[in-house]
Amino acid sequence: MTPRAIFPNKFLPYLLLAPQLAITAIFFYWPASQALYQSMLREDPFGLSTQFVGLANFRHVLNDPNYLHSFQVTIVFSVATALLAMVPALFLAVMADKVVRGRGIYRTLLIWPYAIAPAIAGMLWLFLFNPSIGSIAVMLRSLGVYWDPLLNGPQAVILVVAAAAWKQISYNFLFFVAGLQAIPKSLVEAAAIDGAGETKRFWTIIFPLLAPTTFFLLVINTVYAFFDTFGIIHAVTGGGPGKATETLVYKVYNDGFVNLLLGESAAQSVILMVIVVALTAVQFRYVERRVHYG
Amino acid sequence: MATVDLKNIRKIYPGGFEAVKKVNLAIRDGALCVLVGPSGCGKSTLLRMIAGLESITEGEIAIDGRMVNELGPAERDIAMVFQNYALYPHMSVYDNMAYGLRNRRMPKPEIDKRVREVAATLELDHLLTRRPRELSGGQRQRVAMGRAIVRNPKLFLFDEPLSNLDAKLRGQMRVEIKNLQRSLGVTSVYVTHDQLEAMTLADVLVVMNAGNVEQIGAPLDIYEKPATLFVASFIGAPPMNLLPLRHGEGRAALADGTEIGGSGLSLSGEATTLGIRPENLFLVTNNDEIGGNAIFEIVIRAIEPVGAESFIYGDVGKTRLVVRVAGKTAMEPGAKIHVGAKVADLHVFDDAGIRI
Ligand SMILES: Nc1ncnc2c1ncn2[C@@H]1O[C@H](COP(=O)(O)OP(=O)(O)OP(=O)(O)O)[C@@H](O)[C@H]1O
Ligand SMILES: [Mg+2]
Repeated sequence: MTPRAIFPNKFLPYLLLAPQLAITAIFFYWPASQALYQSMLREDPFGLSTQFVGLANFRHVLNDPNYLHSFQVTIVFSVATALLAMVPALFLAVMADKVVRGRGIYRTLLIWPYAIAPAIAGMLWLFLFNPSIGSIAVMLRSLGVYWDPLLNGPQAVILVVAAAAWKQISYNFLFFVAGLQAIPKSLVEAAAIDGAGETKRFWTIIFPLLAPTTFFLLVINTVYAFFDTFGIIHAVTGGGPGKATETLVYKVYNDGFVNLLLGESAAQSVILMVIVVALTAVQFRYVERRVHYG
Repeated sequence: MATVDLKNIRKIYPGGFEAVKKVNLAIRDGALCVLVGPSGCGKSTLLRMIAGLESITEGEIAIDGRMVNELGPAERDIAMVFQNYALYPHMSVYDNMAYGLRNRRMPKPEIDKRVREVAATLELDHLLTRRPRELSGGQRQRVAMGRAIVRNPKLFLFDEPLSNLDAKLRGQMRVEIKNLQRSLGVTSVYVTHDQLEAMTLADVLVVMNAGNVEQIGAPLDIYEKPATLFVASFIGAPPMNLLPLRHGEGRAALADGTEIGGSGLSLSGEATTLGIRPENLFLVTNNDEIGGNAIFEIVIRAIEPVGAESFIYGDVGKTRLVVRVAGKTAMEPGAKIHVGAKVADLHVFDDAGIRI
């Protein structure tokens, strides 16, 4: 533990914390409490009167087949995005770890995509895969794939998953590289002497020792797929076709700002808040217990 | 069991640094060969080349008469004990020891039998289910040894296996390693920079310096007849006294002009350094002891009693000299005394540091 500084003045600590507290209060606690309040109200279609309805909105939302469908979409989308973001990242990190010359260059190049804003990444993919003008779409079509994410639901999901994962690969790569570096080289050498080939060494030594990093990234990527992919979905599919790519976050936006079902949308965002709190709790608990090998 | 032959081994690291320069070495079957030398002299590099963990820039390594340059570490049938032990942290002691056998597809019952046998000899039986981080330093060391032994390899390689242990444990483990190696009869290469470890363990001692082999031989032979000035100063504690000599003919004298007393000492013109081990010096009390001895007059600067022996630090002319005497001594700093050494016990080196 680091030694604690003791303030003789009782108010100074609060004064120093005030800006941060104010920001948190204005941008988190206030909207969160508003959402909570809003989630228990129902407005008439013209917005002239509101009525307190208790948990009716939640009941309605949780019984709504559209909402449950969106839940499914989100799960599929998150799992696919997390996997697609982590597996290539791990592969690239393992490869980059072997490079002796020009390590820095490889790493820098691989980290760049992370610096691109989600909406721009989305546009990039949208253009590449646009059925009429996208260069990759043209290639796909010449290969005989009937490519039309604007009409074909699964294809739309594939496209947003790819766009969302692509951006996250860099981030995961960085952590995997750091994780690999933390594994003592002598362990790998000992395993080589013990007769384990390269693949065997990876699965029996390196992969288990990377487990803390992998788990950490799994949580981070799930949270990312749940909450941070709005920009990409909005740019690429707008939740469509139909509701094929309408994730929970996207549905909150759709119901609240497009369909103006304020109460239900608020109830959905409260549910999301609970999910993110739970995920964060898991992550904190785990990060605190993170194993260090030496 | 195997012989190891190194022929003109050279190692140049990618950066261009030459860590090992033309090393020739033949280790006979069952011998414990100790590589000793100061930090950075290339001991680990040489060992890692034998293990197959480092590429060989030039030369040939043969194990059991078979050239292994192109073979990977797994195919050389060796086992290595690392300085940090390199135990697999996510595996139990049992799995750490069984890992190498499983990789070689040994049947399960046989693995179990071997692991338990080795664990019993190393007194690890009650620790088999623990993880490495739940063990003490000494226990980890034993597991690392066990992991090597259980494989029953042709060759053991040790890279400073005891340097993370405290002095007492190190002494115990040294004896234990020696006994184990003897009883198993497995050819071994052992790297250390601790010369006490080197002297007590080695059947063959290899003294290295800056990538070169300075001398190869039995430890006591090296102690008694160091081939170079470097070996003379490196082997022995406290180190050998090295006195610079005056050039030219006439009575033997030190570089600062101090004459060497006594009789029977005749130095060739090439001699530039005179070496005398502290324990070969004795206090001269009467003039009868002059014959066949070299005599120095020293001024005592400090006395270090260590219990069973005492070290007298003094100056002969301008050069520092250490004398070892048994037991305690009543002498005081500032006193002038005479010390002598038998001419036969003197070591003389030429300009290039080669023994004459
Ligand atoms: N991978 C490497 N690349 C470049 N130079 C290296 C590398 N590994 C070691 N060296 C250099 O080679 C020399 C010999 O290193 P080595 O590890 O063999 O020394 P050592 O005798 O084992 O020393 P110590 O007793 O400190 O372990 C050192 O000068 C070291 O800086
Ligand atoms: Mg070393």
